Amino acid sequence: MRVRLSAESLHNELVHRIEEYSGQDLMACYQCGKCAAGCPVAFAMDMLPSQVIRYAQLGLVDKLLDSKTIWLCAACQTCYTRCPKGIDLSRIMEALREIVMYEEGSHMNYDAISPEELMEWPQQAFIGGFRKYTV
Amino acid sequence: MTEASDNSNRVLVVGAGIAGMQAALDIANSGYEVVLVDRWPSIGGHMHQLSETFPTLDCAQCILTPRTVDVGRHENIKLRVYSEIEEISGEMGDFWVRIRRKPAYVNWDVCTACGACTEKCPTVIPVEFDRDLELAKTMRSGKVRYAGTGKAIYTLSPQAVPKKPVIDIDYCTYFQKGACRLCEKVCPVGAIDYEQEPAWFEERVGAIILATGYELYPLENLGEYGGGRVPDVIDALAMERLLSASGPTSGIMRRPSDGQEPKEVVWIQCAGSRDPELAMPYCSKICCMYSAKQAMLYKHKVHDGQAYVFYIDIRSAGKRYEEFVQRAMEEDRVLYVRGKVSKVFRENGKVMVWAVDTLTGLPVEVAADLVVISPAMIPSEGTRQMAELLGLRVDEFGWWVETDGNLAPLETGRPGVFLAGAGTGPKDIPEAVSQGSGAAGKVLSLFSRWGGVETPD
Amino acid sequence: MKVSYFPGCTLNTTGKGFDNAVRAAAAAVGLELVELPEWNCCGATFPLIVDNMLELAAPAHVLVAVRDECEGSIVTTACTTCYNVLKRTNVFMRGHEEERERINAFIEAEYDGEVEVKDIVHLLRDDVGFDAVQQKVQEPLQGLKVASYYGCMVLRPPDEVAYDDPDHPQSLDDLMAALGATPVDFPHKNECCGAYLAVKAPDVTREMVYTILRSAQAAGAEAIVTNCPLCQFNLDKQQAEIRKSRAGYQSVPVFYFSQLMGLALGLDASDYGWERHYIDARPLLRDKGFWNGTADD
Repeated sequence: MRVRLSAESLHNELVHRIEEYSGQDLMACYQCGKCAAGCPVAFAMDMLPSQVIRYAQLGLVDKLLDSKTIWLCAACQTCYTRCPKGIDLSRIMEALREIVMYEEGSHMNYDAISPEELMEWPQQAFIGGFRKYTV
Repeated sequence: MTEASDNSNRVLVVGAGIAGMQAALDIANSGYEVVLVDRWPSIGGHMHQLSETFPTLDCAQCILTPRTVDVGRHENIKLRVYSEIEEISGEMGDFWVRIRRKPAYVNWDVCTACGACTEKCPTVIPVEFDRDLELAKTMRSGKVRYAGTGKAIYTLSPQAVPKKPVIDIDYCTYFQKGACRLCEKVCPVGAIDYEQEPAWFEERVGAIILATGYELYPLENLGEYGGGRVPDVIDALAMERLLSASGPTSGIMRRPSDGQEPKEVVWIQCAGSRDPELAMPYCSKICCMYSAKQAMLYKHKVHDGQAYVFYIDIRSAGKRYEEFVQRAMEEDRVLYVRGKVSKVFRENGKVMVWAVDTLTGLPVEVAADLVVISPAMIPSEGTRQMAELLGLRVDEFGWWVETDGNLAPLETGRPGVFLAGAGTGPKDIPEAVSQGSGAAGKVLSLFSRWGGVETPD
Repeated sequence: MKVSYFPGCTLNTTGKGFDNAVRAAAAAVGLELVELPEWNCCGATFPLIVDNMLELAAPAHVLVAVRDECEGSIVTTACTTCYNVLKRTNVFMRGHEEERERINAFIEAEYDGEVEVKDIVHLLRDDVGFDAVQQKVQEPLQGLKVASYYGCMVLRPPDEVAYDDPDHPQSLDDLMAALGATPVDFPHKNECCGAYLAVKAPDVTREMVYTILRSAQAAGAEAIVTNCPLCQFNLDKQQAEIRKSRAGYQSVPVFYFSQLMGLALGLDASDYGWERHYIDARPLLRDKGFWNGTADD
């Protein structure tokens, strides 16, 4: 099955939303792969950070909304620090998470956190998790 | 009027790299006088540091030395090497130039280039010509010490023109500590002169050609690639020196940290180029070609070695360039991995290279023995200062600004001052040579119009 | 020197021991920390959606509190995550007039970026001086081979937050040297530990932590020191899991920089939170002769 590329498919609403929420120009990326090369979580992702942008460039945002990758970004800023085009990929990841959560609600089950864990773990872990994974 | 016409048909060429030498030869061969100035002690520029050139794999010194020798002995070319331009004033037809010749601490009029001083000098130093490489030396005690590739009194290379030595006073034992003076003792003609002072010369010329050339973006600015601190991470020109038969290892492939033969060698492309955010936004044009060349030369020396080139795109636009790159892949089995390297670091005596292969989507790593960085080309040091001297413009990166990039690429805003070579931007040897001849043509047309009799317009 | 002090939620609770050490060590080197009388959590992450003003309200509120309720215009913190959030918020508010007005309207304040946010290690390096710290050292940590782990928050994005070389930072290492220890350099000192991923994907965090610890140990470290309580937690806690999955793995204790400062300055380290460590740090301290605490000897 060929993926049909067209003016309409490339400039779809989801692509606009990603660019709007993240403030990033998706077309500035020339796919050098340096972000993915330095990403400390890339080994666990189902698609590489650089591929996230590539799919968005091709208008294929649905694939991204189903990926595990966007939930594994730790916002460590290594990609942004190293990107030769100054693209803040961590913002794009956050934009994608927002788009999913607007539809599907929170991506974290706080009820599953035991009282022991709440006492044991540093607060910032939970606050960070809530900020990133809940609406 | 006679004075003006005596000097109007002389040209100053700043920079004795291939572009400058080509311009100088073209003009000198037409019967006019050339003053050729260079900052280094001998001529030939960066091409003199190369091992072989692309796409022909010609030995760089073999094709260059006929030029350098021609320039060196041409009756119409006045060589002012180891010199800097201090002041320029005047106008087309009558420029007045003051040149400062740095003290070499050797009397070149007396020196016979016998080489005894360099041979006997006890002080081994890292030299700029070899990119300050320090090579491992296993001492008799078994300890490893790192030593430079030249002596405190040195000539640039065995094929240097002029082949006269200079003393690097930052390292010379006599200048630093007041001891030694061995070179003075062994020199058979008494050419060593520790008291030598700088000398100034004034020249009057009718036209100027700026062939100031390039430098490489410093590794210090590439923190993720080691910042110049990680052993066995070197830049492309340093690799040329290691590959070169007249280089510090006589062309035998050895890595600097321990002298071992490297079996896994990585080239990192676009280090500082195509990087508007962190370094230079432009493409440096020649690195795709020279990395393919270096990878091939490496494989020709180390048959069981593996070469990797980490790239974003391959730019091979010149004549027979694309075929050359394909040869590297097919004949020498260089592995081209499409992915920009994120980080290199040292581990267990290897240099770990982290990248992704964007074509398969796999994160990859290589435990390299040697890593060669292809840094961005930048204008050579002193270009900005020269621009100020002349009241000319350089762009935000320091490259000379041409009157028009398309239709007047060799002209500056100032009449009588022309450009040639890599000083305006990255270019390869054929382009630099063509521009040298082009600038010479511009100057010769001025000279022929002036005829040596009429005053210039 | 007197500065406002923002402890942050973690150093105020699970990391209280580290906080005790910070206050004591700072006082001992002449850095007077004046805790904000009222403060709220900074939010723990800097919001990355461009118009997420709501998440900026909390850290903005902290900055207003510093300006209004504390003397001096510098606020410091000993948690690099708090530092990152406050600093990036400050940079954002200083640089974006329209958004600044919106946030100000929301939090009912007029903040114009008057406050300076400075990480405590930065203050120690540049304002107190590591030489001055060294002079106050009573019990140098002689022979402690410690790898400094910086994590992400104090280094990236460099133009907004870094006071050190983001690829090859040295400030914590230099502090360790001033305390008499032997700093061990290693290549992954700025590699992310996983941070809040630990909540969602602990397996992933385990691998990330292993990459860091293995590298430090390969370089000869017998201890790690860090300045983010979440990093400390991850590097510490994950080691039990690593031991299960990788035969022969040797654990290393993970210190908070203030603990080592307190010890070296000869202060009473008994309330520095040693019992919360997963890899007990006290045996190593005892072996080296640094342990002077009274609790649970």
